[in-house]
Amino acid sequence: MASENNISRRSFIATGSAAGVALVLGFYIHHEHGLHEAEAPGFRPNAWIRIRPDDTITVLVEIPEMGQGPRTVDTMMLADELEADVSKIHVEQAPVVPSTYKNLGTGGSGGTQDAWGYMRRVGAQAREMLIAAAAQHWRVAKQECRAENSTVIHEPSGRRLSYGALVQTASRLPVPTGEDIPLKQPKDYRLIGKAMARVDVPAKVNGSAAFGIDVRVPDMLFAVIARCPHFGGKLRSFDSSAARSTPGVRAVFEVPPIGFHPKFEVNLNVAGGVAVVADSTWAAMQGRKALKITWDKGPHAGESTETIRQKMLAGATAEPTVVWVNQGDAVRALQKSKRKIEATYEMPFQAHATMEPMNTTVHVRRGGIEVWSPTQIGAVFQREIAALAGIPPDKVTVHMMYCGGSFGRRFQWDYVAEAWQVAKEMSRPVQLLWTREDDMQHDFYRPYSYHRLAGAVDESGNITAWWHRCVSTPIRPVFHRPEELTPEYVASQERGGDLIPYGAPNFRVDFFPVESAVPRAWWRSVSDSFTGVAVECFVDELAHADGKDPYEFRLRLVREDRKIQRAGQAGGDPPLDTRRFREILKLAAEKSGWGGPLRRGWGRGIACCYTFGSYLAHVAEVSVDKDGNVRVHRIVCAVDPGIAVNPDGVKAMAEGGTNFALTQVLQGEITIEDTAAEQRNFDGYQVLRMNDAPDIEVYVAPSGAEMGGMGEAAVSGTAPAVMNAVFAATGKRMRRLPIDPTLLAGSKV
Amino acid sequence: MAHQQLSVNNKMHDIDVEPETPLLWVLRDTLNLTGTKYGCGLGLCGACTVHLDGQAVRACQIPARAVGTKKITTIEGLGASGIHVVQQAWIDEQVPQCGYCQSGQIMQAAAFLAQNPHPSVDDINSAMAGNICRCSTYQRIRRAIQRAAKARS
Repeated sequence: MASENNISRRSFIATGSAAGVALVLGFYIHHEHGLHEAEAPGFRPNAWIRIRPDDTITVLVEIPEMGQGPRTVDTMMLADELEADVSKIHVEQAPVVPSTYKNLGTGGSGGTQDAWGYMRRVGAQAREMLIAAAAQHWRVAKQECRAENSTVIHEPSGRRLSYGALVQTASRLPVPTGEDIPLKQPKDYRLIGKAMARVDVPAKVNGSAAFGIDVRVPDMLFAVIARCPHFGGKLRSFDSSAARSTPGVRAVFEVPPIGFHPKFEVNLNVAGGVAVVADSTWAAMQGRKALKITWDKGPHAGESTETIRQKMLAGATAEPTVVWVNQGDAVRALQKSKRKIEATYEMPFQAHATMEPMNTTVHVRRGGIEVWSPTQIGAVFQREIAALAGIPPDKVTVHMMYCGGSFGRRFQWDYVAEAWQVAKEMSRPVQLLWTREDDMQHDFYRPYSYHRLAGAVDESGNITAWWHRCVSTPIRPVFHRPEELTPEYVASQERGGDLIPYGAPNFRVDFFPVESAVPRAWWRSVSDSFTGVAVECFVDELAHADGKDPYEFRLRLVREDRKIQRAGQAGGDPPLDTRRFREILKLAAEKSGWGGPLRRGWGRGIACCYTFGSYLAHVAEVSVDKDGNVRVHRIVCAVDPGIAVNPDGVKAMAEGGTNFALTQVLQGEITIEDTAAEQRNFDGYQVLRMNDAPDIEVYVAPSGAEMGGMGEAAVSGTAPAVMNAVFAATGKRMRRLPIDPTLLAGSKV
Repeated sequence: MAHQQLSVNNKMHDIDVEPETPLLWVLRDTLNLTGTKYGCGLGLCGACTVHLDGQAVRACQIPARAVGTKKITTIEGLGASGIHVVQQAWIDEQVPQCGYCQSGQIMQAAAFLAQNPHPSVDDINSAMAGNICRCSTYQRIRRAIQRAAKARS
């Protein structure tokens, strides 16, 4: 996902480095156990490390953990430079103190990159102090000492001291600042680029890992909110008498919608409704069932998937609002072309459907507010609640809990505001949770999009013209004030397909927005989840029109080393490097046995993408039965993330992201009727299950270039690889996702 | 409210709940055993899987009044006498990502292997099809079950 203000990852890193240099000795109040951290004995050279006399080490990681592995990879970076014995390390979530921790949020797959500089530096800083402490103790030169496995060793004499034994001496030394703390050479890495057991796994296999929904504090209540099923609708009236007399129900009251707040930068999109507060989750749910409510459907009544489709089709031929790139004159070149190929692709709304539904626990006290939330944006939540409550941010304590999945959903501001709305009416802590039905019907969906492409290929197999019209229900209007919504800004989160390696001299990518009352926001890989389909299916169609093998066609087009900058964007991500693209394309083809024999009725498809700074290629092998059901048997994924700090973490993101993306190919779809989502639970919104999940063979081949992201990168190429494989198996192009089996039924094999 | 006794992880509990309260919420809210997760409330996702007398069941579909004297085992009780072979396999294969579904996955797998100690891949896929993982750790779950099956034999 692009970060909130479209900050490029490079400038984001620079900010992080500056913060790392101005290190703060980490004295803060440790809320969870009521301990004053300052009172606990130990060596605290910076805000990320505590070493105790018994040799145990606490590492604080600020980037929230939603399964993408920051607790582990950040610890690897720090522990490698610290030369720590990993068996002595315990990892905790850093407290939400934005003046100390600059990365109390994540999105855009920038987490590992953001941590790369400062996590190594703070580890090295502590290491240098421990070496200096030992040298001082032994009265020897620092240069004769080295650190290894939580021990400082004086080489000439063989003397050793454990880190725990050095705590007191090290605590009295000045903390070195500045950029000149020596960092390790890659050849000396023990953990980085190698392996370390994920630090959160033990708690996640024994039930002790605490997600937001698991927060249990003394005296707490539980609440659910009844919201209007029609987007943009309002509460007209309600009768709470039956709800109030439901056993366990404590309070029933209206909560108003919240849009823009004068002290906050985005529309909070709080739907409003009727809150039911009870002694237990079940009682709250039962109480809500007993409510009698009438809703006003509001100003957007009558919207449906069909009305949206019609607007999409109109947008495909309308004058665009933004032209992202226009090299040469694609429109004219295509008019003149005798071998023009045209194609359309359509992708509907998708739900996040995180296994842990939305929830937040809030306690509003006279002295301040305490918040426990599974969130991707803890520091932002602190500011948000402070703004809503009209109190200073340092009076709001936010505990960032494990997220039971997120995929971008917990980058939104609504569910924390709702929890505050309910909690401020009660004197006790309140956990507001969303049922699966709430979560499915009040999601901020992956935008609906429609793509029209036209292209031409000359006799030599070069693409001479390429015109891609992207139409979508864009994200920005959901969150931003009308005066901010310039056409470019409206289009900014939909952008994609405008940086491709295939080298058409006449290259045009433009955009048209479709208005909708359906809420939209960032879903894993954002616009890459749909522009990837458009680009990698279309280049496949061009290859076929040219009578060429789709792998060989692509390979030929990227045979020269080029670095291609995205049009009209100064700075930003590194240019597309066709050499890296080519290498990963070749690796996937090789490992999948491209061109080799396949079982009868099976098809192979390929896709290759530069996405979130990484290069990924997918090869899918599918078969289609006589009823048109697609079975994905095998996927090979080749990955170049630049640098793989945690190679198994990279693999996990490739495996998980690929399988996650299969839901949008095979089954998942949110349809709209009467301006409401029709799907309520996992019966209506079908997601990938074990029996449909192929094994994904991942080959991680870091080229040593700039580090890219991995949290979202595997989504982009999955759908086109499968769709291209379906074509190879059946001769039919899928124009809409999820694949409709009736279109493939009875296909000749 | 009605008073009843429940055996959970070899411990007897005296509880007072509405008889129709699903076992899932008795565990999570009355007994504060939050290892068993809520995912859907309709028995569609498997996150709430526990054992009743060793059989895997969806706790969101079992009202408190229907448990009787059956012994309930939750994820917290699975490794009571040392880490369970399935949990160890989950660690060895580094299965969890976000981890929210994994209690249910492990409970389902543990009961399945007790019945079916030498499963084929198809057997595994069938047995686990009721447990959703959105992070989609499916192939590592498959490998972990195969590893646990080997370790048991």
